[in-house]
Amino acid sequence: MIKIKNLETGYGKLKVLRRISMHVNPGEIVTIIGANGAGKTTLLNTISGIVRTRAGEIIFDRQNIAKFPPEKIVLMGCSLVPEGRQVFPTMTVKENLLLGAHVLYLKKRKGLIKEELERIYTIFPILEDRRHQMAGTLSGGEQQMLAIGRALMSKPKLIMMDEPSMGLAPLIVKEIFNIIRKLREDGNTVLLVEQNAKAALKIADRGYVFETGRIVLEGTSDDMLTNKDVQRAYLGRDLDAEAKL
Amino acid sequence: MELFFQYMVAGITYGAIYSIVAIGFNIIYNTTGIINFAQGEFVMLGGMIAVTLNNFMPLPSAILATVLITMIIGALIEMIFIRWLVNPSVLRMIIITIGISIIIREAALHIWDEKVRALPYFTGTEVTSILFFGAHISPQVLWVIGICSVVVVLLNLFFNFTMRGRQMRACASNRNSARLCGINAKNMVTLSFVLSAGIGALAGCVISPITYVHYDSGAPLAIKGFTVAIFGGLGNSMAAVVAGLILGILESFSI
Repeated sequence: MIKIKNLETGYGKLKVLRRISMHVNPGEIVTIIGANGAGKTTLLNTISGIVRTRAGEIIFDRQNIAKFPPEKIVLMGCSLVPEGRQVFPTMTVKENLLLGAHVLYLKKRKGLIKEELERIYTIFPILEDRRHQMAGTLSGGEQQMLAIGRALMSKPKLIMMDEPSMGLAPLIVKEIFNIIRKLREDGNTVLLVEQNAKAALKIADRGYVFETGRIVLEGTSDDMLTNKDVQRAYLGRDLDAEAKL
Repeated sequence: MELFFQYMVAGITYGAIYSIVAIGFNIIYNTTGIINFAQGEFVMLGGMIAVTLNNFMPLPSAILATVLITMIIGALIEMIFIRWLVNPSVLRMIIITIGISIIIREAALHIWDEKVRALPYFTGTEVTSILFFGAHISPQVLWVIGICSVVVVLLNLFFNFTMRGRQMRACASNRNSARLCGINAKNMVTLSFVLSAGIGALAGCVISPITYVHYDSGAPLAIKGFTVAIFGGLGNSMAAVVAGLILGILESFSI
């Protein structure tokens, strides 16, 4: 689906990503975990074209998209649900979703828009109830659902999510993760960036651990959940210390 | 009492002019976050080009052609001066628009001259008047108010009910999110220059029989329009209309 080779990016003199190589297979949920400032968000912003690539390749759909502008990358079928939701607050829920379908509009497949809207409403029934409400008046969880719905409206091949659980109540987080799992069952491919490592690894097939712009560990999520280093650093358990007790 | 209505109508007329200039400011502010200080120059160009074209063709087609020409000028200005800037600061863009306004003003002085011109009245002549609650008003005043209202209504329909309008609002609201929806933000900026140039030119045409037009008439209008745009809260077009009317009426009653 997507293959990244020796990717490097940065802001000004600061190098944020150092020779990142990774891939996502079709139908997988892949998660990236790591502390603040590890470069997780930068990676997603680079893939989606908002941050410029310094070096390396991003192969999506057999094309190197590393130098493409964001609007072209979305058109190719790679959508990002940005960090902090970033819905259009002064527009209604329905308008937000319709803007997400802009890509279908460009591809001259306007007929599909209504069908997609219905599909999003069945995944997120709350959005249908609130369709005439301003997006800014929604709760955090509802805004997150709207942001995911907006990205899904373009019928992406790969959907990337940047910390969908950020700032949400635990029950809502659970709901969001259930939805992500359901998305995979419907045949979507998901690249998920999360601080909530435990929840993310539980639903993911594979994971990568980022530390200061490098991948320090990769593997299936089951391996990672039992890995000592991952447990100590990200899951809040220290097996060595527990063993001594 | 007649005097009250006379002043009232005069105030509303000027208010309508100010609001339409302010709306031009707002459209560009909304998509780019900059104040286009050349907005007054679009109004001036509208008046001047229409006067020239009216020598060769009837008034309605002259106005139509003027609006189209000014729209093209607006697009060219954006493409030449704004589009290629990579992450420009707001201050830099504002200074560029001030530069553009000076260039347009000087160019107008060379193309035309320093003489004051005016389009003929759309209906009747300078002395035709309609009696309205005891006040004598020129039919041109009704044209100004009418066209301003039509522009406001059409703009509202455009921004709220068309895909293109929604895209422009999306860019205004969150540029990166808009790009992530696949919207080409740069084209939306060009479109906003085209729209506000067109609206400015139309305003320049309708007001020129009353206010006259010469190469330097853009700047005062831009200052009034800017005041109104700020008064109404930058970016809010309906509030700009109210603010414009308030300023116009205040002015006419304080003479």
